Amino acid sequence: MTGNMANANKSTATAESLAKLQRDISVSEFFLKNRHLLGFDNPRKALLTAVKEAVDNSLDACDESGILPEISVDIRQTGDKRFCVAITDNGPGIVRNQVPKIFAKLLYGSKFHRLRMSRGQQGIGISAAGMYGQLTTGTSTVIQSKIKTSKKAHLIEVQIDTRANKPTILKDDELDWFPQFFPTDANGKPKQPITARHGTSVTIEMEAAYIRGKLSVDEYLKQCAIVNPHLQLHYRIRLSGPAPDEDSETSTRKAVPAKTAAGKGDATSAAPQATKSPPLPQPSDEVPWITFARAATTLPKQPTEIKPHPHGIELGILMQMLKDTQGKTLKSALVHDFSRVSDRAAVEIAQRAGLDPKSRPTHIAHRESEALFKAINETKLMRPPTDCLSPIGEEAIMAGLKKEIEADFYTAITRGPEVYRGNPFQIEAGLAYAKPGANADLNAEEPVRILRFANKVPLLYMGGACAINKAITGVNWKSYGLTHPRGSLPVGPMVILVHMASVWVPFTSESKEAIAHYPEIIRETTFALQECGRRLSVYLSRRRRQAEMERKKNYIELYLPHLALGLRQILDLDDRQEKTIISKLHRMLERTHLEE
Amino acid sequence: MAKSKKSQSVSVAAPQLISKRDASSRIVGVANTIHQDIVKKNARPRMRFPIRSLSNVKYDPKKGHFEILNKMSTRTLSYNTVKTFAQSMRLLATIKRDLLDKNNIAGKREVYYNSKSWGECRFDEQPESDSLLDDMEAMLAVNREQLGFIPEERGGEVTGPLVVIDRQPGSHEEIRINCEKLGTGAWSIPSQVEHLRFESKAKFILVIETASLFQRLVHHRYYETANCILISMSGVPTRACRRFIRRLTDDRKIPVLVFTDGDPYGYCNIYRTLKVGSGQAAHINQFFCVPQAHYLGVTPQDIKEFDLEDATHPLEELDIKRAKDALKNDPFIKHHKEWQAVLNQMIEMGVRIEQQAFAKHGLNFVFETYLPRKLKKGIFLP
Repeated sequence: MTGNMANANKSTATAESLAKLQRDISVSEFFLKNRHLLGFDNPRKALLTAVKEAVDNSLDACDESGILPEISVDIRQTGDKRFCVAITDNGPGIVRNQVPKIFAKLLYGSKFHRLRMSRGQQGIGISAAGMYGQLTTGTSTVIQSKIKTSKKAHLIEVQIDTRANKPTILKDDELDWFPQFFPTDANGKPKQPITARHGTSVTIEMEAAYIRGKLSVDEYLKQCAIVNPHLQLHYRIRLSGPAPDEDSETSTRKAVPAKTAAGKGDATSAAPQATKSPPLPQPSDEVPWITFARAATTLPKQPTEIKPHPHGIELGILMQMLKDTQGKTLKSALVHDFSRVSDRAAVEIAQRAGLDPKSRPTHIAHRESEALFKAINETKLMRPPTDCLSPIGEEAIMAGLKKEIEADFYTAITRGPEVYRGNPFQIEAGLAYAKPGANADLNAEEPVRILRFANKVPLLYMGGACAINKAITGVNWKSYGLTHPRGSLPVGPMVILVHMASVWVPFTSESKEAIAHYPEIIRETTFALQECGRRLSVYLSRRRRQAEMERKKNYIELYLPHLALGLRQILDLDDRQEKTIISKLHRMLERTHLEE
Repeated sequence: MAKSKKSQSVSVAAPQLISKRDASSRIVGVANTIHQDIVKKNARPRMRFPIRSLSNVKYDPKKGHFEILNKMSTRTLSYNTVKTFAQSMRLLATIKRDLLDKNNIAGKREVYYNSKSWGECRFDEQPESDSLLDDMEAMLAVNREQLGFIPEERGGEVTGPLVVIDRQPGSHEEIRINCEKLGTGAWSIPSQVEHLRFESKAKFILVIETASLFQRLVHHRYYETANCILISMSGVPTRACRRFIRRLTDDRKIPVLVFTDGDPYGYCNIYRTLKVGSGQAAHINQFFCVPQAHYLGVTPQDIKEFDLEDATHPLEELDIKRAKDALKNDPFIKHHKEWQAVLNQMIEMGVRIEQQAFAKHGLNFVFETYLPRKLKKGIFLP
């Protein structure tokens, strides 16, 4: 890449020799060398990222098509540091022609070019996962997909030509295939398998590592189930070793080729773990599936697409839009390509920039566009439309938290939409508070657990850099009855959930792990958390009062028998009289200290 | 010897001795009321006590002691009082069954240890049981000796021309104690003094605050020189000590003179308690006071007259507070202008003085010069 930067002050000969080295860099090549930007920096994270990208795509596809999503994640260890990941959904399926581009061309997709709230944004994720698998194991991405209108399904194997950022098709077959899912009940007992009429399955084999814990696939899927209560998720992981601990050696064997296509893998390398040998269709030596059951059968509201708001746009993008516009005049370009620009506002902008509203937008020169950019930001405009967002909703957040986190107090709040840099966004927050010691996962002495979501996608990594953590740290939790060391997270047996919904979530990097620190976002998050905190403090003080009452009751119960015994000894009372004294006093004192 | 008319006009009956059976039936009465409250009236039971503080006493110069007023405090059963209430009932039951009905006696500390068998109802520290015992005493309007409790503290020491006629425990054989023939020691006042009889030709009783000055006077046989009975109190006099002095002066018709440190504690706590009783145990003051007592010294005026200014100590904050409190709240001080003058003079001088300070003029100055001169002058504080 050094060639790009060749300096002119070198001699001609050098410049010519350099010219031989200068060539295009494909996006694929760039990302191959900078894979950390996409979330493939280490084997453990690679596994999570691959699952995440595939699940996000499946959920987006189902939501857009109005299908209640059914997704299975099947992970199988195929070598010391090799895993085969298969994700199957009941989405609309993908037409054959699009399959190679979607799975083996970076920056291809439906989401980048429009402002609409969706999980994926750029169209990099799933192809990057395939590329990573290809790079680390030499295998290809295997896709099976069936759409509703065709009888047959397609089976396509693709690799990415990293130089050209183009797919290479290795196999392209038609076959009889339906997505299948293997639900289990709450006790892990298999239920009747589900077969879907359409859907997609993608299988990628890659170098990866599996470790349980806060950054694991398990945690990601659990959080997915929390914010998507309408999703039914099936998951299993089959390991070749018993303990999913930190791997010590890096002996990557390329012996075992990936052949598995469907979520139902062959049984060659089944894990030696003991299973309950369910009698139903699963092979008996398989690890059982875990089902995160659906808690809501209503689909979330469909987000609508909006045009960009002028106040949220960069100069370069403005220039590009002027070049691409269908509008014949500057005025019509402003009115039609942006949201919230009325005829009057467009004229006002043009006048402020010293431009004729009737001038041709494609002819606006660099300097003029700068003036235009300045004028746009100086003109008062209506805020962008905010009905385009699809929040999870307070009820759904509560349902999700209740489903996956055992606690005693739940609350959730959905704030009204707000705007940062011309992008509408909405913040939601939820709390789940367990009695200290009641939930083994929530230690009362440790910092609270934070579940961060952007457009319903769990964010596991880089919490420290995220606007959500900053907002949580900034709230005064002490006033709500929690321990809160200055400058760090509050302490307590609690889960805090924060969701940001936006047509464009400002991540700090392409791997989409942390939300950038926009003051508007932090402020809204703070408000949401404060409201949750107030509700928590009401609950906590009520609980304290109850505990205090319980304590008082026990204290009284301790001494009443002595009082009665004393009276009995002085007055020579009998058993019955002694008991009467105790029960009468008990009632009297209970009445008074309940009134207190 | 100037004899105060006041002291002669006082005539107090011997403490009203209630029988063990009476005491026992008073306990039954209290318990019965509580039981009726609970069972019949369906009301939270209450215990009523006379308030035991200076705010609930009145100084009656005719009777010569602090008299309890009728301010009462009520302890109603509640979350906050349930433990004390339970302890009160168990304590009353113990007093009735183990002391009164069995004709036994026990020390306050033994009561405390006895409660250790009451489980969670036990007293954690002795002050708890002591104060509850005081409450019961006041509620029943008896003194604890009558309930069968013997005080732990020593009652004071006696030397001088006095024969005490006591009885041997058990055999009840009469025994005569000559307090002049005790060698270098002294006779200790027992906790029960009601049965004692006296023979004495002494002219007066000299009551001394500190044990060390008492011993020096004994060593120099001052009781012979002055023909007086010497009694040491070692601080605030115990009930037995007060009662003993009272019985002795009633019986022998001789005056009582008190010699303490010259400070607010000596005046307001030691002397005042001896003379008119305490605010704390006001319900029994009529027996435990010595209205015949007069104050000899050391007064602030003595500091000047005996040239002792350089043998004093500055008053501490606590001393000043005590003096001011007494001027404001102590019915005895408020009644006597002389005492108000003394306290005000002391606050003004800003110093206090100890009994031993007379050693400035020589070790024997106190009994060779000070006491004779004061006695000769015959002017004492009321």
